[in-house]
Order: sequence, then C-alpha cells, then structure tokens
Amino acid sequence: MTDLLTPVLSANWGTAKSWDIGAYAAGGGYAALDKAFAMTPDQVTELVKDAGLRGRGGAGFPTGMKWSFVPKDNPNPKYLVVNADESEPGTCKDIPLLLASPHTLVEGMIIASYAIGCHTAFVYIRGEVLHVVRRLRNAVEQAYAAGHLGKDIHGSGYDLDIIVHAGAGAYICGEETALLDSLEGRRGQPRLRPPFPAVAGLYASPTVINNVESIATVPSIVVNGSSWFSAMGTEKSKGMTIYSLSGHVTRPGQFEAPLGVTLRELLELSGGIRDGHQLKFWTPGGSSTPILTGEHLDVPLDYEGMAGVGSMLGTKALQVFDETVSVVRTTLRWVEFYKHESCGKCTPCREGSWWLVQLLKQFEDGVAAPGDVDKLLDICDNIGGKSFCALADGAVACVTSAVRHFRPEFEAGYHTPARELFPYGRSALFEVPEGSHA
Amino acid sequence: MSGHEFKSFFPDSGEVDMADTSTNIDETTIAELRELAARYPQPRSALLPMLHLVQSVDGRVSPAGIEACADVLGITTAQVSGVATFYTMYRRRPAGKHHVGVCTTALCAVMGGDALLERVEHKLGIGPDETTADGTFSLERIECNAACDFAPVMMVNWEFMDNMTPEKAEKLIDDLADGKDVASTRGATITSWREAERVLAGFPDGRADEGPSAGEASLLGKSIADAKGWAAPKPEETAL
Repeated sequence: MTDLLTPVLSANWGTAKSWDIGAYAAGGGYAALDKAFAMTPDQVTELVKDAGLRGRGGAGFPTGMKWSFVPKDNPNPKYLVVNADESEPGTCKDIPLLLASPHTLVEGMIIASYAIGCHTAFVYIRGEVLHVVRRLRNAVEQAYAAGHLGKDIHGSGYDLDIIVHAGAGAYICGEETALLDSLEGRRGQPRLRPPFPAVAGLYASPTVINNVESIATVPSIVVNGSSWFSAMGTEKSKGMTIYSLSGHVTRPGQFEAPLGVTLRELLELSGGIRDGHQLKFWTPGGSSTPILTGEHLDVPLDYEGMAGVGSMLGTKALQVFDETVSVVRTTLRWVEFYKHESCGKCTPCREGSWWLVQLLKQFEDGVAAPGDVDKLLDICDNIGGKSFCALADGAVACVTSAVRHFRPEFEAGYHTPARELFPYGRSALFEVPEGSHA
Repeated sequence: MSGHEFKSFFPDSGEVDMADTSTNIDETTIAELRELAARYPQPRSALLPMLHLVQSVDGRVSPAGIEACADVLGITTAQVSGVATFYTMYRRRPAGKHHVGVCTTALCAVMGGDALLERVEHKLGIGPDETTADGTFSLERIECNAACDFAPVMMVNWEFMDNMTPEKAEKLIDDLADGKDVASTRGATITSWREAERVLAGFPDGRADEGPSAGEASLLGKSIADAKGWAAPKPEETAL
C-alpha cells in the first residue's frame, strides 16, 4: 500500500531556485538521459508502455502506445509537440509545474523525442502566462548550454532542438489538431481525422502530441523503472498524478497522489469545505467533465472510477462548490466560456452554444418558460457528438449533468431569478457590498 | 447601401482598425520579424510570435504590422488578418500601458471575480475591452488562466495577481498609476504590456529569475506529505 500522497513531479517545487538548472541537476535532474541513451528508442517506448502511463491531458490514452503509432517508414521528419495550452476551466497543474520545474519537462521531451526519432520538438504554451514562458525559455537555453540539447547530446550521436512557442489566447488550441493548425501559423481550428497526427500531423508529418504532465512523468519512469511507477495507482490507472483542488475548500492547492485517491481523502487533507458550509457539487477534471455531488465522494479518482459514475477523470481539476452556489449561474458561466471559445468551424457548436447561453440566461433571470428544461436538453442533444472536436461535448456535459443532479433548481428558473434563491455575494470569499450586480 | 450593417455579437471581435495607419515599425522590427520566421522549419509557424512582436512595437495589431508580416512570410494580408482576428490576445485597438485582466470564468466568478470586475470597472471608469483616456490601463474580462487554486485571480500584463480582494485590486491600480514598483505574486516586477508582448514573441527580458518558485497553494500537497512522512515508494521496494 502506497502513501496517500506521493510527490514526485512536485517534490522539488519548494527548493531554492527550483527552476534553475543548478538546483535541478543537484536534485538528480538530467540523470535519466544517459540511462535512456543506453537503451534503443524502442526499448524506451516499451518501458513507458510497461509502466502503464496514460495521458494526463484529459483523454487518458496510453502514452507509450501513442509513441508506437509513429510510422518508421515515413520519409518525413518526425515531431514531438507538447501541449502546454492549459486552459480548461479549473485546470491548473501544468502551469505551476512549468513555473517551478521547467527542466522536468525539457528532460522528458529529450527522452520522448529520442524514443520516437524526432529532432525538432515544440512546446505550445498558452500566451497568457508570461512568467511561465520566461522560465521555460530560460530552461531550454540552459539545457543547450549544458549540452542536453543541440548536436550529439551526451556523446550519444543524437541531435535535438526545442522551440518554445507562445500562443495568443484560444482555448481551442488545447485540442491537438487545432493546436497543430495554430502552430503552422493559422487560425486554430480542429482537423478532420483520419489522418491522425501520428501519420500526418505538423507539416503533414508524423507527430506525437502529449500533455506537459505526461512528458514530465517520463524521466521518473526511466530512472526508477516501470514497476516502480505501476506500484502506484489502480489496476488500469497506474502511477502518481497531480490533483488540483480549488473552490470552496479551506485550503486549495496541488496534491500529487497515486491515481485512485478519493475526493473525500483529498478534502480531509485540505481542511474540508470552508468553515460553516457543505459540499454541493464538484467537477472531477475541469468544466468539460460532468459534475458530481456528495454521493460521489468515495469514488476512486481514476479513469475507470469516473467513467463508472458517468463522468471523466479529465485533467483532475477538482473544482468544489458549496451550498451557496447557484448551479444555474455556474452552468451559464461555463457555457458562456464555450460559446466564446467555439472556433466557429462546426455549425452545431457555433450556433448551439449561442442558443444555450440565451436560454440559460433566461433560467438565471427566472423568466424561462415552463418546459424549457427539456428544450435545453434537446439543444444539448443536437450539439453533443456532432462536431469535429470535443469542445462541443464539453459544453453540453456541464449542462446535462447539472440538470441530471439539480433539475428542480433549473425548474425554479421558470419563476424565480437564481440570485434570489442564491444571493451571489454569499459565494464570494470577501464581503460584496449591497446593491452590487456581481 | 443596403442600410444593414453587420454587427458582431462578440464584443471583442471586429476588424483591424485600418483608419489608424500610425506605426513604429522600422528596419529593426523587420529584421526581428525575419529572425522569428527563421526559427521554425516552416516560416509561417512564426506568425503568432510575429503578431506579438507587432503589438509590442505598435501597441496593437496595426495595418503596417499586418503588411510587414505578410511581406516577410510571403502570404496575403487577408491571411494575416484572419489569424490576427481569431486570437483574443491580439488587440485591434490600442491597449493601455498596463493591461488588466479579471477572471470571470465560473469558479473565479462565484468566488468574487464578478464583484472584482465591478470594482475595477468603477475604479478605472472603463468597461471590458476599453482603454482609459490617458492610455494607462486597458481592461479585459479574462477566461480561466490556470490559477484556480489562487482564486479569485487577476492578471496584469499577463502576470499573476493571486488571491485578489477588492481592496488589493484598488491598491494595485493605484500603485501602477503612481508608477510604483509592483511585483506579481508569482512572477516578476510588472513592466508594461508592450514589454510583455516582446517576451511572448520570443525576445527574453532577463527576468526569469525573479519571483518565487511556487505559490503556497502549489506547495500544499508536498508540505502535507513532508509533515506526515509520506513519499513515493523507493524503487528497490517495487522491483519485480
């Protein structure tokens, strides 16, 4: 039985100048490189497969398997692209990782690139995090100066360049094919698949796209072995991962634990719901994952556990809301986000998210017409699963799950404004003056 | 004339202001745009960084900036405009010296973000997507900025301002207006939006070593684990 918390990726975040190569190397950083170079690329891929590492960006696809899909006989260059466009509402794990320990990602990228035979790798980082961009660029420069990047790395004969690319504000670019279009200097709009990026990705060449945390996990697997990694977690969800607890909890923060920990356990560590309040609803992995309630406190936070209760593990972004919060208000705000971020390519998403916002505003204002809950669900039914990418699915997941768990609260929107039922100021962490519209 | 004018539903959308032809783009800028294009296997990949650079020079995406990008990349100005109007960080009207963001996505909103925005609007006398008459501040209602464990969150020139309150927000604005040194809670000393845009474009400002490694919330799990003596297993305990 492993401990309740198992800091690996976050173990060095509190050390002095943790972002600097000196501190990183002093803690054993870059030791995985020679170990990886002593193996064949295929052996590295097999090691990651054996460990059972699954993608930490939301979908949970096995990382090693993704690498093995890159065709060996394709004459084009191969590319690794790290998705650091962390923008899913509630998700806040990759940004602190990159701020505190950007070298962990750089080391992981070198190993992953070696495994797939790539010589140019990219980090696509959202633009709205200036200091994280600074730290990451600084880390890449330091890695070149130390001989971990460039030509003939560590005398292995292997060459790699890393390009850090800052985005410009578009949630959709976290979707891997939209990210590729954006990285090619276009509007970030998803591509139809097939062909999959492993065959025709960046510049129509074989491309692997992985989340920051997935790649940052690789050095620890190389150093400690696949059985070390798979000793943590559950049968099908192996290893440790970062859970981000936010919202109405006494102490929000990042918790690195084996997959399968429960929200009840994490809440106990964080001092529970804020004083004098009770849990109302929560998301397991960002706003695109269907909401859950107090009934689900003991469900393992792993891929299977969350799927078993009709949700998804997603990015492990546990947003916790207490009884003061209007679920109608929250749902509307999430859907406004999706409406704004819909890239406009697919009609059901572009138009449907617009209609959802209009209708949900009427619920919030208490002027929805009797029967509009069914209209809401009907519109959702016409959006979900009918677009190129999963943005639309996320937009409807928060609505359908909110109605599933809190239908009477939506029906109250036929006659009573949400702010009367749930005075908004009570949800704030500070006193909101009388007469505020907020 | 049909009498029907297209009006976008999106408050921050709209075309690039072609009437304002002022520009600071010179040969140095063109050389830097070329340098960015040369960093990628295919030059067009540099378009997003190039537009960040245009903003740092002209304070917005200017018509001259669009033409310069198109010239350097050998694509049309329509192609560049199409990209410039897709991404929210590109401003079609001049941004302020300091660009202030208040997160009003669901979690920040309910925890006080809506009230913060109201207070900041009142303090600055402008609404979202507007710039103060003296050009010191512009305001944006921002979306989730990946700092939810520090909610409610504001940003200044894309630097974190964590755990905000209305009082802190007012002081922040006063201090910036007075030209005092203001440090991000998890970042560097605040410079200006234009300088930030230059860093995003890919020209470092040497400030990576400023600020802490992590905020308190980021370190919470690790500090609890340390106090309890919890850790990942040792590799030798798990060997097959």
